Amino acid sequence: MSFLARLAAGAITLFARFITAVRAVWDGIEPVPRQRIYFANHVSHGDFILLWAVLPPRLREQTRPVAGADYWLKSSIRRFIGRDVFNAVLIDRDRKTRADDPIKQMADALDGGASLIIFPEGTRNETDNPLLPFKSGIFHLAKQRPDIDLVPVWIANLNRVMPKGEFVPIPLICTVTFGAPLRVESDETKDVFVKRARDALLSTSETVEGNA
Amino acid sequence: MMNEHQIDLLKLLGGLTAVLVLASLAGRLLKRKLSPDGTNTVIENLNDRVNAWWVMIILMGGALLFGRLGAILLFGFASFAALREFVTLTDTRRGDHWALASAFFIVLPVQYYLVYIDWYGLYSILVPVYAFLLMPIISAVRGDTDHFLVRVAEVQWALMICVFCVSHVPALLTLQIPGYEGRNLLLIAFLVVVVQSSDVLQYVWGKMLGRTKIAPKLSPSKTVEGFIGGALSATLVGAALFWMTPFTPFQAGLLSFVIVLMGFFGGLVMSAIKRDRGVKDWGHLIAGHGGFIDRLDSVIFSAPIFFHLVRYWWSLT
Repeated sequence: MSFLARLAAGAITLFARFITAVRAVWDGIEPVPRQRIYFANHVSHGDFILLWAVLPPRLREQTRPVAGADYWLKSSIRRFIGRDVFNAVLIDRDRKTRADDPIKQMADALDGGASLIIFPEGTRNETDNPLLPFKSGIFHLAKQRPDIDLVPVWIANLNRVMPKGEFVPIPLICTVTFGAPLRVESDETKDVFVKRARDALLSTSETVEGNA
Repeated sequence: MMNEHQIDLLKLLGGLTAVLVLASLAGRLLKRKLSPDGTNTVIENLNDRVNAWWVMIILMGGALLFGRLGAILLFGFASFAALREFVTLTDTRRGDHWALASAFFIVLPVQYYLVYIDWYGLYSILVPVYAFLLMPIISAVRGDTDHFLVRVAEVQWALMICVFCVSHVPALLTLQIPGYEGRNLLLIAFLVVVVQSSDVLQYVWGKMLGRTKIAPKLSPSKTVEGFIGGALSATLVGAALFWMTPFTPFQAGLLSFVIVLMGFFGGLVMSAIKRDRGVKDWGHLIAGHGGFIDRLDSVIFSAPIFFHLVRYWWSLT
C-alpha cells in the first residue's frame, strides 16, 4: 500500500471511530489470521469500513471488500478509496454489460490468499425490513471454494448514523458482531443454503444488546 | 516557574498516584492469591477499574496542568462521548436527524466556547432556553409526528445531561473568589476527587459490609451500608482536602456531603434510564467501567449544584 493510501486508510478509520466508537463482538469466531469470507448486512457505504476498522491489523491487511464497480469507479476519489485504500474486488453488477464473472473474480482473490467481505443482499437495504432476500452469489462462491469458512457479520446502528439522503453523520455507537461460521454441505441445494446463511446472519443480529 | 496552584495540583496528583500504586499492588496480590487463572470476576473487575483509573488520572492531570483550554477540551470531549452514548439508546429517528446534528455540532461546541470566554449569561441558558425551543422546531418542520413528544424530550434530556451539566465542571474556572485567584483548577480537582472517591468508597464499603439493598429494582449492587459508609468517608476525604479550596474544613465537608448525595442519587437516576432501555452499561469504552456516562453520572448531577452553591456564597460574579 502506498504512503498516501495508508494515510487515507488511517484517517478514514479514525473518523469512523470518532463518529461510531465502533466495537467488535467476537461471538462465534476468534480474531485469528485465518482465511474467511465475511458476509454482512448492507445499509450504507460505510459498512465495510466499520467491518474493516474492527479487524486486527494483520487480518485487515489480507481482507478485501467486494464492491460494485459502478459506484466505486465513478470518480477519481472513489477510485482511490475503493482500489488503492481498501484494495476492493470490484465487480460489475450489470449482467448485460459485464466482461468478468464476479464469482470467478472472488474465487481468484481467495486463491490469492485474501479474505473477503461480501454483502449478499446485493444492494443497500433501505427498507424497514432488517434484511433483504439474499442473492444466489453467496451459494455459488461457497460451492467454488467449499473449504473456506463463511462468517456472518452483523453491523448494528449504522443506518441511524447516516440515513439515506443525509450527508451529516450523527455520532452513535455501532457494533460489529461476528457469528458462528458455516460452510455449504456437499448435497445442499441453492435455496436451502441461501436460507441457512440468511438465518445465520439474522440470529447473529439478535445477540446484539440494546435497541440496535 | 510553577504557580502555586500547579504545586497544589502536583501534590494532589502525587497523593492520588500513591493511592493508585497501592491499589495496583493490592490488585496484583489478590489476583495471584485468588484468581491466578483470571476466573474470579470480582478481582478481574477490580483490576480493570484500577487500570482505567490510571488512564483517567493521567488524562485529567495532563489536561488540568494545561489550564483552562485543557479543561475545556477534556470535558468537551467527555460531553461528546457521553452524548454519543445517550443518543444511541434513544428512540430518535430520521425526522430528528437535523436536530441531533445541531445538538452535536452546534450546541455542544458553542456551549463550551461560551464557558471558555466566560459568558455566564448565555452559557447558563443556552441549553435550557435556546436549545429547548429550537430543537423541537427543527424536528417539527420535518413533519414526523410519531412519538413526537417522547423524541423531543429525549433530545432535550440528552443535551441537559451530557452537555449542560458536564460543562459546569470547567465552568468552575470562571468563578472569581477573593483570595483564590488563579487557583480555580483546584476546584475541579476537588469536585472530581470527592465524587470519584465516594464512588470507590461506596463500592469498597458495600463489598465489605453490604447487606441491605437500597434500591434492588434499580441497582442491585447498591446497599445501605455501602452508601452510608461511602458517603461519610468521602465527606471526610473532602474535608481533608480543604487546603486546596477557598473553604474551611467544615465548609469543605458540608459541600462534599452535598456533592456525594447528588452523585449517589444521580447514579440512581441514570440506572433507571438504563433499566428502562434494557442495558447494563451505557457503553463499552472503558474496560471494567462500562461507558463514559457510567463514570460521569455522579459528576453530572453534582457539578451544577456545586457550581451554583460556590457561585452564590463565594464568588463575586
